Amino acid sequence: MQQNVFEHLLPNGMVVLGEPMPWLESVAFSLLLPAGTRNEPSDRLGLAGLTLEMSQRGAGPFSSREVVERLDFLGVDRSSSVSTFHTSMSMAAMSRVLEPTLEVAAAIVLEPHFPEDELDEAKQSALLELASIDDDPAQKCFKELKRLRFGEVYGRSSLGSEAGLTDTTLEDCKKFHRDHYNPERAIISLAGNFDWDRFLIIAERLFGKWTGPAYTGPSGVNSTQGNLHLKHDSQQTHIALAYDSVPYNHPQYYQGRGLVGILSDGMSSRLFSEVREKRGLVYSVSASAHSLHDCGSVLCYAGTTAPRAQETLDVTVQTIRSLENGIDPAELKRLKARVRTSLVMEQESSSSRSSQMAHDWAYLGRVPSRKELLQTIEALTCESLLNHYKNHPPRRWSLVTIGPDPLEFSDAVS
Amino acid sequence: MQFRSEKLSNGLEVIAEVNPEAFSLSLGYFVKTGSRDETPEMAGVSHFLEHMMFKGTARRTAEDVNQELDDLGSQSNAYTSEEQTVYYMSVLPEFQHAALDLLSDMMRPALRDEDFQTERQVILEEIAMYDDQPPYGAMERASEAYFRDHPLGRRVLGTRETVSELDPEAMRDYHLARYAPDNLTLVASGAVDFEQLLKSAEAMTQQWKPSQPKRQLSIPTCCDDKMSMVYPPATQQYTLQYSPGPSYCDDARYIARILGTILGDDSGSRLFWELVDTGMAETAATFTQEFQECGLFCTFLCCAPEQHDENWEIIQSILSQGKEVPIKSLELELAKNKICSGMILGSERPSNRLFSIGNAWTIRRKYETIQEASEHYRQVTLESVQNAFESLANRTAVTVSVGPES
Repeated sequence: MQQNVFEHLLPNGMVVLGEPMPWLESVAFSLLLPAGTRNEPSDRLGLAGLTLEMSQRGAGPFSSREVVERLDFLGVDRSSSVSTFHTSMSMAAMSRVLEPTLEVAAAIVLEPHFPEDELDEAKQSALLELASIDDDPAQKCFKELKRLRFGEVYGRSSLGSEAGLTDTTLEDCKKFHRDHYNPERAIISLAGNFDWDRFLIIAERLFGKWTGPAYTGPSGVNSTQGNLHLKHDSQQTHIALAYDSVPYNHPQYYQGRGLVGILSDGMSSRLFSEVREKRGLVYSVSASAHSLHDCGSVLCYAGTTAPRAQETLDVTVQTIRSLENGIDPAELKRLKARVRTSLVMEQESSSSRSSQMAHDWAYLGRVPSRKELLQTIEALTCESLLNHYKNHPPRRWSLVTIGPDPLEFSDAVS
Repeated sequence: MQFRSEKLSNGLEVIAEVNPEAFSLSLGYFVKTGSRDETPEMAGVSHFLEHMMFKGTARRTAEDVNQELDDLGSQSNAYTSEEQTVYYMSVLPEFQHAALDLLSDMMRPALRDEDFQTERQVILEEIAMYDDQPPYGAMERASEAYFRDHPLGRRVLGTRETVSELDPEAMRDYHLARYAPDNLTLVASGAVDFEQLLKSAEAMTQQWKPSQPKRQLSIPTCCDDKMSMVYPPATQQYTLQYSPGPSYCDDARYIARILGTILGDDSGSRLFWELVDTGMAETAATFTQEFQECGLFCTFLCCAPEQHDENWEIIQSILSQGKEVPIKSLELELAKNKICSGMILGSERPSNRLFSIGNAWTIRRKYETIQEASEHYRQVTLESVQNAFESLANRTAVTVSVGPES
């Protein structure tokens, strides 16, 4: 696994990362800005998303329509989103159009026009997006779980609230942009077919003169337990469940992640076999590792028709607790095989590599190599996983259900 | 990149796009069977069978199958559509033989009664899951109304009733008839050792007997029809319209796909600027669906119920303005760039190439490189897209709308 990761810190605090993958034709970058939902005033929920939307409606030399036309002309595949701590933008394109693509991205970040006459349309779009989550109970379940578990500031949804979106003014967007679209803690990570020296010159030209106020980090990110049921007239009950684990920046993160793998990675994983294969209770059941700053959780989902929902919840929790009986060496072997394959296959995609690098830097302040990661995984043993489970047993459960009837779960009563 | 194809003595075709530089390889059995090959009473059997294929063989229990898929570190899955059922795995090159052994063995499943009963519950959960999801059955209703007695009108998952009634014996017969070597294609892409693949496939499939399976092809006749459905928990209104479009074997599909992009892609299209960018609709899209002998040109709208009628009228008017607002050459160029660049970006993973080459070969018996495929789009003229656009004004259409109130 050959790998070169380049790092450079611009004088204004922006981090520039690059991993050349010369066997590809494409190049992809992720741009991470330290502007998340946690930075929204409490009466302006949705402001981070609205600011991102507005900044794409005309920027630098491009009008609103020209931003879209330029990116389409260049054949750029793109997406943008807001999370608790970041605003992020990802673009992938053929390597020959890297520079003009970066120019559009830089204009959006540094020189948005914020056109007055488009604010109502942008708000209308955001309100529609917020309303349509009611038709997606599985997603809504996780939105509510986040709010219940992480509280008013850190549990915010990027979709915002109806009142927050309605009350937002253009000045709010401009202020949010001024205060939080900062070079300090901003990251641009590039992966694919490109030349690092050349890229650095472009990055310095586009972002070198960018200035902004000092960055203030988050504090007091905690999880709380609790239980919430939302009545919904559907055939299925959607179950979202969470409990404490170690976060991404914890020295033992991969012990915790390994346990999630035993539960949910692959078709022989415990949740898939116990809940779906042996009992036929669900079509979907899964668990994943989630980190919010220094607060780690395991999030689980199961969807099942209402009469079988209680049994599904009970079996899911029993299966999670079955980790205390130990890990089978064959389970660990399969886990390692899967990680090895996914690390090799990561080299086939510039997009997944660039977003992984940005994520790594945001959480760890460095980009671990594939080799290092492989060594960490290879060092996991059945004993170390079991010990980790015993030292970090599932606690502080949160449960959100959406469906015809509430379920019983004594561990999540607040 | 090299294309290879061979036919084994039992009729099984093996094709591969070999790229020695790739990090991984993908393997798949493409079975030319889907909901269109079922009788109405057995609707859903192809999809149910797809689930049962993971439930063990003469040599392997269900647990063995799942564990081996994970032992190989594979990324694997399967899907069923109207026209085909596909089983695929992506693995590191050193696992080619083991992956093929597992996948080939899975094509001869045990179909045990008790597994059948448990898996039926999973399928019923899957049906309930889709019933609860937007657009709440509108797609199935639109297909039924558009295709009527044509086999493409049947639901891929079947219905709660047909799935509850299916019996394992009928599934065994269906399997024998449809999973014959002359109805399967073994497809591979990436770092494939093709000689070894042929040798292994020959040995692993020698007991398979051809069955000369057939598929009925006929062009459906579409009549104008409109219907609305009520789903009280819905908060948005969803409308889907099906009109005739080119088939997967018709070169006009490149024109229709470009037209779909110009009019209704999720960004930069006419519907986008008019309805999505302005915040009037959550989604307003046009796209194609292609089958072996026929196809659809589809329109989809999702918006607040109170804005629905106005939005739908705007869409109808945009789609009918072929003469008044002709396609501009800039629109054509942007659509071509978007489609061609998307194809190249998507092709970097061998697992994505597997589907492109597998679909093209099983339905059209044709292999094309990415460059050749892009060339079809590049050659589409403004005049041909303009003609296709103008003809939309007179299209026949089935329209289904679902929302909280009628």
